[in-house]
Formats: sequence, C-alpha cells, structure tokens
Amino acid sequence: MSAAIVDDEAPWRRMVSAYAESWLAMFGLVLLVICLGLALAAPLISPQNPYALAQLDIMDGSLPPGSEASAGFRFWLGSDDQGRDMVSAILYGLRISVAVGAAATGIALAVGLAFGLIAAYAGGRIDGAIMRIVDIQLSFPAILIALILIAVLGNGIGKIVFALVTVQWAYYARTVRASAMVERRKDYVEAARGLGLSSARILFRHMLPNCLAPVIVIATVQMAHAIALEATLSFLGLGLPVTEPSLGLLIANGFQYVLSGKYWISMFPGVALLVTIVAINLVGDRLREVLNPRGPQ
Amino acid sequence: MTAYVIRRLLQAALVLFVMSLLVFFGVYLIGDPVEIFVAADADQVERARAIAALGLDKPIWEQYTSFVQGALGGDFGRSFVFGLPAVTLILQRLPATLELAFAAVFLTVVIGLPLGLWAGLRPDGFAGRTILAGSILGFSLPTFWVGIMLILVFAVQLGWLPSNGRGPVAEFLGIKSSLFTVDGWRHLILPAINLALLNIALMIRLVRAGVREVLPLDYIRFARAKGLSWGRIVGVHVMKNIMLPVVTVLGLELGAVIAFAVVTESIFNWPGMGKLIIDSIQRLDRPVVVAYLMVTVAIVIFINLVVDVVYSLLDPRIRLKDLDH
Repeated sequence: MSAAIVDDEAPWRRMVSAYAESWLAMFGLVLLVICLGLALAAPLISPQNPYALAQLDIMDGSLPPGSEASAGFRFWLGSDDQGRDMVSAILYGLRISVAVGAAATGIALAVGLAFGLIAAYAGGRIDGAIMRIVDIQLSFPAILIALILIAVLGNGIGKIVFALVTVQWAYYARTVRASAMVERRKDYVEAARGLGLSSARILFRHMLPNCLAPVIVIATVQMAHAIALEATLSFLGLGLPVTEPSLGLLIANGFQYVLSGKYWISMFPGVALLVTIVAINLVGDRLREVLNPRGPQ
Repeated sequence: MTAYVIRRLLQAALVLFVMSLLVFFGVYLIGDPVEIFVAADADQVERARAIAALGLDKPIWEQYTSFVQGALGGDFGRSFVFGLPAVTLILQRLPATLELAFAAVFLTVVIGLPLGLWAGLRPDGFAGRTILAGSILGFSLPTFWVGIMLILVFAVQLGWLPSNGRGPVAEFLGIKSSLFTVDGWRHLILPAINLALLNIALMIRLVRAGVREVLPLDYIRFARAKGLSWGRIVGVHVMKNIMLPVVTVLGLELGAVIAFAVVTESIFNWPGMGKLIIDSIQRLDRPVVVAYLMVTVAIVIFINLVVDVVYSLLDPRIRLKDLDH
C-alpha cells in the first residue's frame, strides 16, 4: 500500500523539484499567486468600492499618484476623471479580467478535450471532419475570428466568453488528439476494451489522464492569451460593457487623458495586466520544460 | 501538384462560402440600422422609404442571394454611413493597412532575425539570456497598451514623433505611399514598431530554437573540421536550414498582422481598413462590416494557400499529400 503511494507520488515530486530549479519560474509562480489573491480579495482590500457612485467625489478627479482623497485615504496610483481610486479600480478590473480569462479557458479546455478525444477514438470520417474544422480555424488569426463573432453576436460578458472559447478550443482539440492517438495503441487501452468497459469510460477515465500533460501547458499559455484578447477587445469597445470594467476598459478610459500627460489612468492598469500575463507565461514556460522533457521549444 | 492546388482552391471557396453565410446572417441579426437612419419622429411613410432604400424590405434569403451576386462581382452594397460602395471604402484604406503591415514584417526580420541568431548561438551568455527574457516580455505585452505607452513616451513626453494619423503620400513608380516622404516615415515608425513587437518576439524564439537544433548536427561539425570560417558556417549553413520555418511563419504572420492592425490603427488613428471596421461595427454599418470581413478572410485564405504551395516547393521532403491529410 505504502509502496504504491510512493510510486504514485514520485513523478509529481520530481516535477515539483524540477520546476523549483528555475528561480525565474518560482518568481513567476509567486507573482501569479499574488495576482490571483488580489483578484479574489478585491472587495475586501480595496480602499473604496470604485463603482459605488456615492463613494466618489468629482472634486477628487484626475489627481496624480500620492494625492490625498477627500475621504481621507491616499490615491497611491492617482484617480481617474470621476475621482475613482485607481488602486481600487485596478483590483476590481483584475478580478473581472481573471474571471473572464479563467471561465473562457476552462470551457475551451472542456470542449477541446471532448472533441479531441472523440476524434482520436472514433477515427475515420468523424476524425477527418473535426480535424478539418480545427485546421481551417487555426489558419485564421485569433483576432479575426473574435471580430467576426462580435460583429455577429454583439458584446456582453457571455458573448465575449463564447468568442474566446471559439477561438481557443481548437488548440486543445489538436493537442489532445495528438496524444490520444499515441495512447490509443497502448496495451492498457486494449486491456480495458477486453474487460468490456464502455467507450466513454475508456476515453475519460483511462485515456484522458494520460493526455493531460501537454494540455496543461497549452492551458496556461492560452489563459494568458484569453486575458490579453479580452483586454484588447474591451479596449476597442467591442468587449465587456462599461458596467463590467476589466483592465482593458480601464486602459481605454485612460487613453484620452494620455495626450494631456495624465499617464496614470492608463499606465497602471496596463502594468497590472502585464504583470499578470508575464506571471502566467513564466509559469507556462517552465511547465513546458518540465512536462515535456524532449527538449527546448 | 495541379490537383493539389485545385483541391485547395475548392476548399478555400467552401470556407469563403460558409463565412459569407455566417457573416451575412449573423450581421443581419444584430441591431436595426433603420432606427439609426430615421429620425425618431419620422412617420410610417418615411420609415418605409428608408427601409426600401436600404433594401431591407425584401425577404432575407433574397437579400442574401443579391448579396452573393453582388459580392462575386465585387459589390457588397453601399455603406449606410458614407453612401459609397463598401468595397470602394475598403480598397481606399487597404494601401495604408498594407503599408503598415509590410513595415511591421520588415522590422520583424531586421530586428528579430539577428537577435534570434545571437540568442541561439550564445544561449548561456548574458546577451542571450537577456534576449530570451525580452522575448517572453514581448509575448506578454498587450499590443494596445504598448501603443499607448509609445505615444506617452515618444509623442507626449519627448515630443519626437507624431502620435496620430498617416503622413503625406507621394507617388513613386506608380505606387502611392507615405514611405516616400520624410514625414510619412515619422508617422509610420511608432505604429510599425507597435505592430511588429509580438512578431519580433515570435521570430526570436523561432530562430533561437532553430539554431539550437541545427548547431549540434553532423554537417556543422564537418564544416568546422573543414576549416570554414564561423561567419560562413552561420551565414550559409545554419541560415539555409532555419530559413524554411522562418519564411513560412513570416508568411502566415502577414495575415495575422493585417488582422491585428485593427488595434494599432485604432490607437494611432491610422487611416487603414482596421480603423474603418471598428468604427463600422459600432455604427452598425452592415455592408462595410460584411465587406471588411469577407475581404480580410479572402486575404488570409490566399496567403495561407500561397505559403503552403511555396513551402512544398522549397522543401522537397514534404509531399503535398502529407500536407493535405
């Protein structure tokens, strides 16, 4: 019993220590945890609720970083034109950006996994059809597909998530199909089939766990892409509505003040966005090296 | 070969057809342009006249067939806002977008290639590590935010370069471009850097990985044993073998750059078709949205087709059958 546990844990432990060898990757992980923590705790730690209009004072508008608010606290990162504390706005914005990115990544992952596994397991025409769609979709730039969908659907939080999922599912489908094609020929699948297990059980209980490593790598990178793409669309006025101000929308709001030198309204939300994406990419980069020992890529 | 090209062309036509259905019916379902173009206090007669003028009184399938008939002849209808044919509007703006896109691809090659080579040849040196870290940063930087920061630093704080629009256009060899005027260059630099940044990061990683893969191979060792100069080994033997993926990715990235120009054009107020599409989506200017999407999809399909065919010509190891599995 105990021997089995040790065997189970050994690869995990090896991966964790391999991951920890890179201080840059550890730095990324710490940064990511901080970002997620801030996003989760935003309502608890923000100096003000940036969207409770009663708490805003127009007299506090466009104050540079370090100014004192009429309510007594300090605008460490300045305030926007309506007297909104940028620290609070960024924390709330981060929360929305991360939530949308995570939702899109999670759904795209599930959809892509399902189609990829089905394609690999079914083979033949079903495989051909699914992979043809994947190939065609991946041959288009992500932003073009997002533009088409948003021109068609209009904007809103659910539609953005839908657009992000549509852009991203194909990456997972292709990756998981490739690993599943290899797994399919292995003995344990043959054995499971011999035992008379159902296709669904073989697919999701036996093959899926063995296909996860590359998918995890893709998922981290795609999460960064999803957050960046949502921010881009929101910046263009095609993303989230004004009632759901993500970091992209904050940057867009600040853009009009950049030319008059009020850099803080646009710059600091961008720094928050950048730090989040860098953190995710650092983690993803290291995961790729740890989970894919075949070489540098 | 011919059969392959024909099959790819048919596939391209099918994709275009599906896109036209999706885009036309999808765009048809959003908003009601009549509300925008008729005054709130207009009576029924005026409304009916506006609807008839826009062609919205016919059944939707009839609108689609007339749309397809028009589209095949290059006619996507008239812009609701400008009153001009949508294709004319797009084509007027296409040169500005292409100029920006080619400038970005040019920067990608002249900056990304040497940096990638350096990082690949000396992966453990300080410069090599810095370049790699820089490329991770380049991947992570949101394009639109970098654009704003470029404006903030170079236009607002330093006042070196303009932040807005395209410079004057001059004609040279029958091509009209702002590349032929000094002010045109001054306007182009910031947007081109902005658009190129992501691709430079991609190029660095691609070239670096390629070099690291090629360097340990036997033929490089033989070349060194033969006494060839290091410059010649890198310049001829390494380069030759990493050029294939580089050229392919560059070709594919050209399509992505044209699509991504919507962001850069919106920030720098660059009068290309990307800026037009964003404005048109917000104004519900249906014919322009449809025309832009169809034109851009067609450009991307065309580029992909050319890249695939060129790839198969360049690399005799790739058989077309494999590509078209």
